[in-house]
Amino acid sequence: MIWQALTSFIGSLMFCIIFNIPKSSLFKCGIVGMLGWVVYYAMSIHQINPVMATLFGAFTVAIISQIMARLYKTPMIIFSVAGIIPLVPGGMAYDAMRHFVSNDYATATSLAARAFMLSGSIAFGLIFSEVLNQLSRKTGNHKQDNN
Amino acid sequence: MGLSTQESLKLMDVCLLAGEMLLRSGAETHRVEDTMTRMAAAYTDAATHSFVTPTGIVFSIDKVDSTKLVRILDRSTNLHRVVLINQLSREMSKGSYTIDQAYEELQKIKQSNQGYPLAIKIAAAAISSGCFLIMYNGVWNDFLPALIAGGIGYSAFSWFHFLVKIKFFAECLAALVIGIIALIFVKAGWGQSLDTIIIGSVMPLVPGVLITNAIRDLIAGHLVAGLSKGIEAFLTAFAIGTGIAFVLAWTYGGMS
Repeated sequence: MIWQALTSFIGSLMFCIIFNIPKSSLFKCGIVGMLGWVVYYAMSIHQINPVMATLFGAFTVAIISQIMARLYKTPMIIFSVAGIIPLVPGGMAYDAMRHFVSNDYATATSLAARAFMLSGSIAFGLIFSEVLNQLSRKTGNHKQDNN
Repeated sequence: MGLSTQESLKLMDVCLLAGEMLLRSGAETHRVEDTMTRMAAAYTDAATHSFVTPTGIVFSIDKVDSTKLVRILDRSTNLHRVVLINQLSREMSKGSYTIDQAYEELQKIKQSNQGYPLAIKIAAAAISSGCFLIMYNGVWNDFLPALIAGGIGYSAFSWFHFLVKIKFFAECLAALVIGIIALIFVKAGWGQSLDTIIIGSVMPLVPGVLITNAIRDLIAGHLVAGLSKGIEAFLTAFAIGTGIAFVLAWTYGGMS
């Protein structure tokens, strides 16, 4: 678990360098990536459905990104990008393709469908957090902010 | 705040320059529209209209008999620039710049190069490949192969993209290179699991910014932009998949 947290922190941080994120935000991006992955990983080792785990992971990432964006007055995308990457179902998409290539279409299509579901749950995690964000803006006395 | 026609045209240039840079640097479409509207609102009372898609920006200010269009051909990811322009637009909303000063400031941002050097990016891609391998339950023995495959893969991507300006082609070839290197490592006995090494090393090529942007644009109601970015992300994933599939077809011998 500690290794998972550490590698996801470093992995996300390195990803930010590829996307040219300013030096001052690198550490925070690493934290966002780590928290998202830890939520996902903790849920997946407790045998929770990967779709739910991804949903909650993406939701965590988006909420923290929004908070950070407000705090530091920087665009939200800076933080969310780093956190979303680990959750992208690359492994499953790869598995699906491996079965396609070896002519095992039945397994391949079911894997591809699952990968698609996981991508959908990432989208929904982001959407839920956006809804919460707008709700808090409407109900609370937040100043209009362009994050 | 009535502006003369001359000033309005200048303001239009400022907004379009900011929008163009944002879009080129990988900002979401709704951010581009929002920033342009806010910038204009700092100087004029007239309503502004903007229509932004990933490949072009249309912008007009009411009561000015001119609408401008900017075509965007190449897009890359430079989020530092997005942050800088975002800050500038905040400053402009407070009224701390004249139109001319804002234009100069934008030119300065355009000319300065905030990106990390390529060598650092390659190192970052290499290290992140290794880390992703561990995250996807890989074994530590495979850490070094993934590190090397990821680093070479990303350098190959930059090199091919420099040679041929077709992004999908570069991604496909880079994925092919990663697959071959991973295969060599496994055949030579230095790596255990071909699958996890490939998955880890391919991660730096995954279109993360595009995916997040596409979703955020769709939520914000920018359907044209969201869909086209989604398709771009899908094409990228497809290109990576094709490159890897070549190697897999050879290893697993399915495509007889």
